Parts: sequence; C-alpha cells; structure tokens
Amino acid sequence: MSTTLERNAPITSPGQNEHPQRKWQDYFGFSTDHKVIGIQYLVTAFFFYFVGGALAEVMRTELSTPDPDFVQPEFYNQLLTMHGTIMLFLWIIPAGAAFANYLIPLMIGAEDMAFPRLNAVAFWMIPPGGLLLMSSFFNGAPQAGWTSYPPLSLVSGKSGEEIWILSILILGTSSMLGAINFVTTILLMRMPDMDIHSMPLFCWSMLATSGLILIGTPVLGAALVLLSFDLIAGTAFFNPAGGGDPIVYQHMFWFYSHPAVYIMILPFFGAISEILPVHARKPIFGYRAIAYSSLAISFLGLIVWAHHMFSSGTPGWLRMFFMATTMIIAVPTGIKVFSWCATIWGGKLSLNSAFIFAVGFLSSFLIGGLSGVMLASVPFDIHVHDTYFIVAHFHYVLFGGSVFGLFAAVYHWFPKMTGRMVNETLGQIHFVMTFVGFNITFLPMHQLGLQGMNRRIALYDPQFQTLNMVCTIGSYILALSTFPFIINVIWSLYKGKKAARNPWRALTLEWQTASPPIIENFEEEPVLWAGPYDYGVDTESIDGDEDVEDMLAAVTAEGN
Amino acid sequence: MQGSTVDNHAQIAIASEKEAAEQGHHGHPDHRMFGLYIFLVSDSMTFIGFFAALLIYRAIMPVWPPEGTPELELLIPIINTSILVASSFVMHEGQKALKKDNVKGLQKWFGLTAAMGAVFLAGQAYEYFHAEFGLTTNLFSGCFYVLTGFHGLHVLTGVLLILSVLWRSRQEGHYSSSNHFGVEAAEIYWHFVDVIWLVLFVLVYLIN
Repeated sequence: MSTTLERNAPITSPGQNEHPQRKWQDYFGFSTDHKVIGIQYLVTAFFFYFVGGALAEVMRTELSTPDPDFVQPEFYNQLLTMHGTIMLFLWIIPAGAAFANYLIPLMIGAEDMAFPRLNAVAFWMIPPGGLLLMSSFFNGAPQAGWTSYPPLSLVSGKSGEEIWILSILILGTSSMLGAINFVTTILLMRMPDMDIHSMPLFCWSMLATSGLILIGTPVLGAALVLLSFDLIAGTAFFNPAGGGDPIVYQHMFWFYSHPAVYIMILPFFGAISEILPVHARKPIFGYRAIAYSSLAISFLGLIVWAHHMFSSGTPGWLRMFFMATTMIIAVPTGIKVFSWCATIWGGKLSLNSAFIFAVGFLSSFLIGGLSGVMLASVPFDIHVHDTYFIVAHFHYVLFGGSVFGLFAAVYHWFPKMTGRMVNETLGQIHFVMTFVGFNITFLPMHQLGLQGMNRRIALYDPQFQTLNMVCTIGSYILALSTFPFIINVIWSLYKGKKAARNPWRALTLEWQTASPPIIENFEEEPVLWAGPYDYGVDTESIDGDEDVEDMLAAVTAEGN
Repeated sequence: MQGSTVDNHAQIAIASEKEAAEQGHHGHPDHRMFGLYIFLVSDSMTFIGFFAALLIYRAIMPVWPPEGTPELELLIPIINTSILVASSFVMHEGQKALKKDNVKGLQKWFGLTAAMGAVFLAGQAYEYFHAEFGLTTNLFSGCFYVLTGFHGLHVLTGVLLILSVLWRSRQEGHYSSSNHFGVEAAEIYWHFVDVIWLVLFVLVYLIN
C-alpha cells in the first residue's frame, strides 16, 4: 500500500496555469478532444432546445383559443412534427451524449475516448443533420408527426417527409458511432485499479444507453429506408393501397422508439445518481441495485414496444404480453427511485441549484412514471389513446425527467467544465420558474386528456378552452424561465467566482484534476483512494489517521 | 446510409491506425477490433430489421408470395452463394500468409477474394437485369430488391476494403505478422457479409 505522501502527490502538484488550455477556436473545428466534443454537443443541443421551445410556444399560443386563428392547421402540423423531432433527436439525445463524452474518460481516469476521431465524426454529423431538418421549413416541413406513420406520411408532402427521413438517418448514424465509443471506452479503458463495480454509476447508465442505441437504431434505419422507398420509388411496403401493411412500420418504428425513451432518460438517471450523494454527503444507497437496474431497464425496454400499438388492431395475447412487460419496467425504475430517496434520507443536504433540480427531477419523473404504469394497462390506454393524457405523460417523463436531470447536471458540472462557479441566486430563480411553469403547463393536460381532448389538432371543442389557457400561461412562464439560465451561464462564464478543482468535495475522479481539466485530463495518473460514493465512510484503503473528509479537505484547500 | 457508415467506419479505423502509429497516442492498447465487433452487432440489427419485416409479411399475408410472383431462378444465386462462401476461405489463406510475413501471399489471396466479390456483384447485376419483376411489382419483389441490394452494398464495401488493403500492402512493411489490423478487420467484415448472405439466401430464395 502506498504512503499518504504518495497519495497526496497528484493533489499537491502545483499550478493549473502551467498547462495550455483550449482556445475558443478549437470549439469550432474538428477536435478529437473528448472535452471539446462534449462542449460542442452540449452547446449544439441547447441551440436546438431553444428552437424546439420556440416552436412549442407558437403551438401553445395557437391553442389558447379553440379556433385555428394564429397559425394555419397545416402549419400547426409542421410545428408539432418539428417540435417533437428536434426535441428528441437534436436536444435530449445529443445532450446525453454531451455529458457522456465529457465525463466518461474523466470518471474512469482515461486520457480520451477509445476512438477520438470517430467521436469527432459522430459529433460533426449533428449540425448538418439538424440544419437539413430545419431547411425543410422552406419547402414545406414534414406534417406526419415525429412518428411518421404511413400512410399519413406518404400523402402529406413528399419533400418534407424525405428530408425528415434523411436527417433522422444522419442523426441515428451519429448516435450509433457515439455508442460504439462509449461501450468500448467504459469496458476497456478504465484505470487499472477500477473494476467494473467501482466505476461511477453514470458509466453504468451510459453502458445501458449505448446498448439500446446499438440494438435499436439500426432497426429504425431499416424502417426509414423502406418508408423512403414507398415515398420515392413507389413501392408498397407500408402502403395498404399497394398491398403493404402500415402495422409493420409501427412495429419497426417502436422497436427503436420505445427504447429511445430510455436512451433519453438513462443518461440522466446516471447523472442524478452522481449528483444526489455529493450534495447529500451520503453514500449512494444500493450501488449495485442502481447499476443493474439500468441494465434491466435496457433489456425490458426492448420488449415493450407494442404498448404504443394497443389500438392498432394488436391481437389480444400480444396485448397481454406487452402490458405485463411494460408494468414490469416499473420495478427496476422503482428500485432507482427508492434508492435515490434513501440516499438523500437523513443526509446533510446543500440546497444548491444542482441539488434542487435533482429533487425536482425525482418528483416530476415520479408522476410521469406512475402515469406510465396507468397507460400500460390496455383498457385505460385505449380510453386515452391519442389524447392529451399521453402528451402530459411523456412531458412529465421527458421534461420533468430528462430536462430537469439535464439542468441538474449542467449546474453540477459547470464548475468543472468552465472553471467558474454559477450564480446560485439566479440558479434558484431558474429552478422555481421552471418547476412552476412546467407543472402549470403539463398538469392540466392530464385532465384534458381524460375529458377526451385529442392531441395533434389546432382546432378543439370550446369546453376545453379554460384549461388550455392555463397550459398556455404555464408555457410562457417556462419560456421566461430560460432567461435566468442564459444570463446565469453568460455572466458566470466571465464574472463567476473561480472554481477550485473540487468545489463540491466530490469523490469521483473528474474532480481530481484542474477545473477546467487540462488537455491531457490528468497531470499525473489519478489515484483511486476511495470508492465513488464513500462519503462519511472510513474506507480501508485510507490509513487510520486520515479519513475521506480529510483527504477532501486537502483537495479543496489546494484548489483555492 | 448504412453503406456510408461502413465506409466511414472503416476509413476512420484505418486512418486512426496510422495516427496511433505516428503520434503515439500515449499508447493505450488497441481497441479497434472490439469496436469493429460492436459495429457489426449493430449493423446486423439493420438486416434483422429487414428480415423481420419480410417474415412478418410472410406470416400475415393471406397469399405469399403475392399472386403473380414468378418463380425465382435459382441457378445464378446458388453459384453466387458458393463463390461467396468459397471466398471467405480464400481470404483466410491471405491472412495466414501474412501471419508468416508473406506479403506476396497476402496480395495473391486477397486479390482473388476481391475478384470473387466482383463476380458475385456481376452475377447479382445479371439477375437484376433478367428478373421478370421490378422493384414495384409487388410486396415480395420490393423486399427482394431492397434486401439483396442492401446486402450488395455491403459486398461492394467489402471489395473496396480489400482493395484498400491491397493498395496499402504495396508499401514495404505496412503489414506484417505483428501489425495487421487492417487485414484482419477486412476479413472479419467479409465473413460477416458472408454469413448475412446465407441467412438472406434461405429467407428470400429458399423458403418462398
């Protein structure tokens, strides 16, 4: 066993400033540095978040009155299609990849990803794919919804639909190439001391995510290639008019797109598992339970897809099977939620922006998860199919879950990525506005759905107007809530307090290097002197006279 | 899309091979083979997607193949199948030669493999031009052309990979018994394409 002195060596090595830092130009070029690529992903994703959000605001404005008086119904269809596509494929999925790129090598003590150039190629497919998608607005954007079900997608505008297909193929390929990198890096590039059960939970969740991407995305690719043939070459794979079967498309589409829901939430499950123990100063509750439940979610996620098709003439026995598997998914997810609650239970909580967003995630995701179990049951699902209840459900999962988790992650790792602390007051204002705006927007939609208001329509029955008005007001609050965030980020970048290397006194390896990390990530080989979540625990690897808290104090003092 | 992915992937793999050698990327062990395997797992899911579509049609359509589908001519596909299967063994001889540092042998066997791949593609093209149905004739003909076409793109990619290995092998010492990732990667890819073809042959030609 090494002595205390040796173990302290990387901590006391002088000077973050001796090492060259990235110049701003590097962020606009073909860089192979995983940290640069991570930031590129994140900024690109945020750009598309604001675009997709703007589209949503136009839709909500239209829906404030029952008549289609603000935009034309055809344009409304384009808006809902583009909003869904942008938010899923250009915001949440790339944002998950952003954190994976930035954090995985740092967390496992590696210098970079396994295939840095492949990594850069994967990122550089996103801006062209995104711009291609947006360009469809000039020539009639796709109108068939993000699901693009045929035969609707075959008759609602050829050019828009084909552009949609091409851009999804590009973005899907990008996400596949990224996943190859994540799996290889996580499995093969951990520092020698780190076995698979001492790597941070974020890596586990990215392993599960990448597995889903690798298995699911190619099937979507196949479906879209066939759809493309129907659209352009006049084949009839999915066109009943020519003897094809649209249900086959639905199976292939949902074989990817249901797992895609987990591709969008699992990275943030991982982030939450990192954030909660640090800010509650307690070990994570049930490390292995959380790790393996991610894999269980991945596996189950692949065999539940037809619950999106209960009303598509699916035979009874198939419905029963998919109802059961869907409900079983609540078990691994419940394990996680209970573990997180047990982690913060009795902890020494610091209610900073990262932590309150993480708790906001817990509560909102819980509602989305529970309504998911309701929807798993066939009779209920058929009753609310294609109503606003569905819209409420998946926004509680994707906004209340993924986006809250994403903001928690941004606040938590902002000091590491930029070397500056965020402004806590602005962060808390951001949280309150987001949480209030989010609930005002989406909670009433449950009620609207139960009353029978259909989704994807610009014109609705006047009896629904009051609740729709409430939703619209909520969405404006949500729009406003991004301003404190933007101001906070820009202000903190220039004027924020300088961040030490480990401002949160966290134990995972990314906090052992400078903030922002040097180009080679670590000055010296990082040292694994505690498990990733050993807060308040005396570990055997520590000499008797020094515990984890002392070690942390040393790290923190050095950074200041 | 998948064809270009394959290209990209292979080019990057080959390029980074060079990069690693030149810049000495602080010498982490070479994980490219692992990455290639993961890629092939993923790529096989594309085929599984197509196969699944074909099998579902087979299962749910009242008449399959749809009425009026002419019998498929089996002679050329059977010849093609034997050529492709044989080419995998031929290619392996090339790798064995390289393991003994016999670059000439590598070039001979790989050259032969590429030629066999080209013959396969030519046979496929002949079949397309002489088939009695077109892409849009009916559901089965659509499946036939998309599946064989998509597989053909993979064969083409494989031939290009082999040619690029041959091109590189002209350089003295580029491949040796200790440094042969490109050779091995091309071979594994070729075997993969071969296995996919066997499944495709059964599903498209035999069980209709």
